[in-house]
Amino acid sequence: MHDQQKDYVLRTVEERGIRLVRLWFTDVLGNLKSFAISPAEMENALNDGMSFDGSSIDGYSRVQESDVLALPDANTFEVLPWADAKGAEARVFCDIAKLDGTPFDGDPRQVLKRNLGLARDKGYSFYVAPDIEYFYLAPPDSTNTPVLLDEGGFFDLTSTDIPSSLRKETIRTLETMSIPVEYSFHEDAPSQHEIDLRHTDALTMADSVMTFRFVVKEIAALHNVHATFMPKPLENIQGSGMHLHLSLFKGEQNAFYDENDAYNLSDTAKCFMAGLLRHAAEITAVTNQTVNSYKRLVPGFEAPVHISWARNNRSGLIRVPIAKRNSDSATRIEYRSPDPACNPYLAFSVILAAGLRGIQEGYELPVEADANLFEMDNDVLEKMSIHQLPQSLNEALHVMENSTLVADALGDHIFEWFLRNKRAEWRTYKTHISQYELGRYLRSL
Amino acid sequence: MNTRTSAIENVVGQMIAVFPNPPSIDLARTLDLAGYRWKAVSSADDAAKSEPVEGWAGAVVMCDEDPEGGWALCRSLRKNDNPVGHVLVLVNGSQLADLEMRDDLYDDFCLSPFHPRELESRLRHMFFTEIRGTRESLVEYSGLILNLETYQASFGGQPLDLTYMEYELLKFLAQNPGKVFSRETLLSRVWGYEYFGGARTVDVHIRRLRAKLGEEHANLIQTVRSVGYRFGQSKWSA
Repeated sequence: MHDQQKDYVLRTVEERGIRLVRLWFTDVLGNLKSFAISPAEMENALNDGMSFDGSSIDGYSRVQESDVLALPDANTFEVLPWADAKGAEARVFCDIAKLDGTPFDGDPRQVLKRNLGLARDKGYSFYVAPDIEYFYLAPPDSTNTPVLLDEGGFFDLTSTDIPSSLRKETIRTLETMSIPVEYSFHEDAPSQHEIDLRHTDALTMADSVMTFRFVVKEIAALHNVHATFMPKPLENIQGSGMHLHLSLFKGEQNAFYDENDAYNLSDTAKCFMAGLLRHAAEITAVTNQTVNSYKRLVPGFEAPVHISWARNNRSGLIRVPIAKRNSDSATRIEYRSPDPACNPYLAFSVILAAGLRGIQEGYELPVEADANLFEMDNDVLEKMSIHQLPQSLNEALHVMENSTLVADALGDHIFEWFLRNKRAEWRTYKTHISQYELGRYLRSL
Repeated sequence: MNTRTSAIENVVGQMIAVFPNPPSIDLARTLDLAGYRWKAVSSADDAAKSEPVEGWAGAVVMCDEDPEGGWALCRSLRKNDNPVGHVLVLVNGSQLADLEMRDDLYDDFCLSPFHPRELESRLRHMFFTEIRGTRESLVEYSGLILNLETYQASFGGQPLDLTYMEYELLKFLAQNPGKVFSRETLLSRVWGYEYFGGARTVDVHIRRLRAKLGEEHANLIQTVRSVGYRFGQSKWSA
C-alpha cells in the first residue's frame, strides 16, 4: 500500500477526531458486516490487518482455521456523514485474507477482484451503473404485513410527503460519501422509489451498493420508516429490481461502441450480450438469490421473464438503451433481471464471467425480440428459441449446479456453500404451509 | 510545492467586499484593472446579507467619508463566525489617529487620496503574504482550503471529507487554478502511473468531487469540452 495513502488515512483519523473506525466487509449472502476498532489500532490494521473469527459469518465457515484477516482498503476510507457530537466515525471496506495474507476464498470482494483481474488480463475494465428500486413502508409489526406510506404514482410531485424528503436526504448523504446519484424518482408503485447511481468501476460500485443499502435503511429508520429491498413485497404491485447498465472499456475506448453499427454496438458488445443470454439461466440464482426474487420475475410487470434482448423493449432481459448522439462513452447494455437483494460482488462477478465467455468464444447474438413477449404464446416463443428465466429458486439452483462457468467465477468455496445454503432455504419454503393453501383447500377439500 | 506563483490567481475569482456603496470611481477602477472581483456594501448588515457562501475573500474599506460606518463594518467582518482576513482600510490624513487601538480590525491601510499603483501593490502584497508567509502549507481558493500538512480540506469553514484520491486530485487542481488539464495529464500527474482504469477514472473522481462540493459549488470544477477539466475561473474570462 502507498505509504502516503496510509499517512492520509492516519492523519485524517487524528485531525477529524475519529472515535471509531468501522471495518466493513460482506458475507456470502450479501449482508454488510462490520466491526469497530479504536483509532489507536488503525495503523496496525493498515499494516498487518485485523484478525477475527470468521466462523460466525455466513459463508466464511471452515472446519479448521476459522480465523481470518480483515485488510482495510485505504482507498475506501471515508468519514461517516452522520457523526454525532461525541465524535466522528469512519468506515473502510476490507478485503478478507487468510492468516498468511493470501485471499480468502469465502470473501465476495476478493471473488470480484479476481474476476476483474481476469478481465483486466484481456485489457478490459468493467463499468457498472445500477438503478436501484426499493419500498418505504411503515415499520413492520409482528405480522410483517407491508403497509405503504404514500399513494404516489410515477414521477409524482408530492414534494411535501415524507418519502420524498427521505429520498432527498438519502441522496445528499450518498453524495457526501463519494456515491454520485444520476437520477432519482418516485416509481410506478406507491411507496416505491428508485435511485440511479452514476457508473463507476465494478469494484467501487459493489462497495457503493453495500453503502447505498445501508444508508437508505439507516436514514429511513431515523425517521421511523422501514426501507426494504425485498424483491417483491406486495403481490399485485411491481417488485423492486436492480437493473444494471454495463460497459467494458479498453483503455480510453468504450469497447461496446462501434459508430458503423446501426445500434452503435460493437462485435465485443454483441458477443458479451450473447454470453449473458446463453448463461443467463445459470447465473440467475446469484442475481436473484431469494425465494421471493422469482415472484418478481413474472409477466405483466416491468420485470423480465424471457431470455431475450431488444433495443427498446422493457419486457426483455437485456435492453440496449439509445445513447445520446455522438456519445460513444454512453453506449451500454442494461441487464434487467437482478434484484437489489443480491450480493453485488457475486452478481457482478457472474455477469462479467458470462459476458467475457461470450467474447472469448465469439458467441453469436440471437435476433432482436422487439415485440412485447408477455403477449406471445409459449409455442411461438419456443419457435423463436426464446426461453424463460428459471421460474423458482429451486429451478435456478438446478441450472447453477451444473454450470462450470458459475463454479469458476465464484470459486469452489462460495459455489458449494451457496448451493448448500440456498437449497436449505428452498427446503424450508417448500415445506411451509401458506395462507394461500389454507384459504383454498382447508374447507373445500 | 509552489504557492507563490498562484497567490494572485487564488484571489481572482473570490469576492471582495468594498465600502462604501457605491465606492469612488477611482477605487472601482483600480480594483477592476487589477482583476479583482468585488461587491460594494453599504453597511455591516449589508455585508453580512450579501456575503457569498464561501465567505468574503477580503475587504477594502474606505473610511474617509463615513468613518463610523467603515469601522463598524471592519468590526463585524472580524467578529464573523468565519472571520474575514485581508482587510485594507483607506483613511485620509486627518484620520491617521483612528488607526490606533484598532490594529486588530485591519491588515493594512493606505492613505487617501491614494495612488492607484500603491493600492494595487498593497492589495497584492496583503493577499500574497497571507498565503505564503503565515500558512505556507495552505492552498486556498474561493472558500476552499486545503491544508497540505494535515491533509484536511474545508469549504466555507466546513470540513470536506474526501477519500485519498479525491484529495490528491482536488489538491492538484486547486494548486493550478484557471488552467485546463486533459484527463491524461491529470491521470499521470495525480495517479502518477499508468493507472489501469484509464482516463475514465478521472471522470469518475471529478464527478465524486463535484458531488461533495455540493450543487452550488460543483461548477468550481468545469468541464472543458473535448479537452479536459479546469478548476476555478479561466484566467481569460475573469
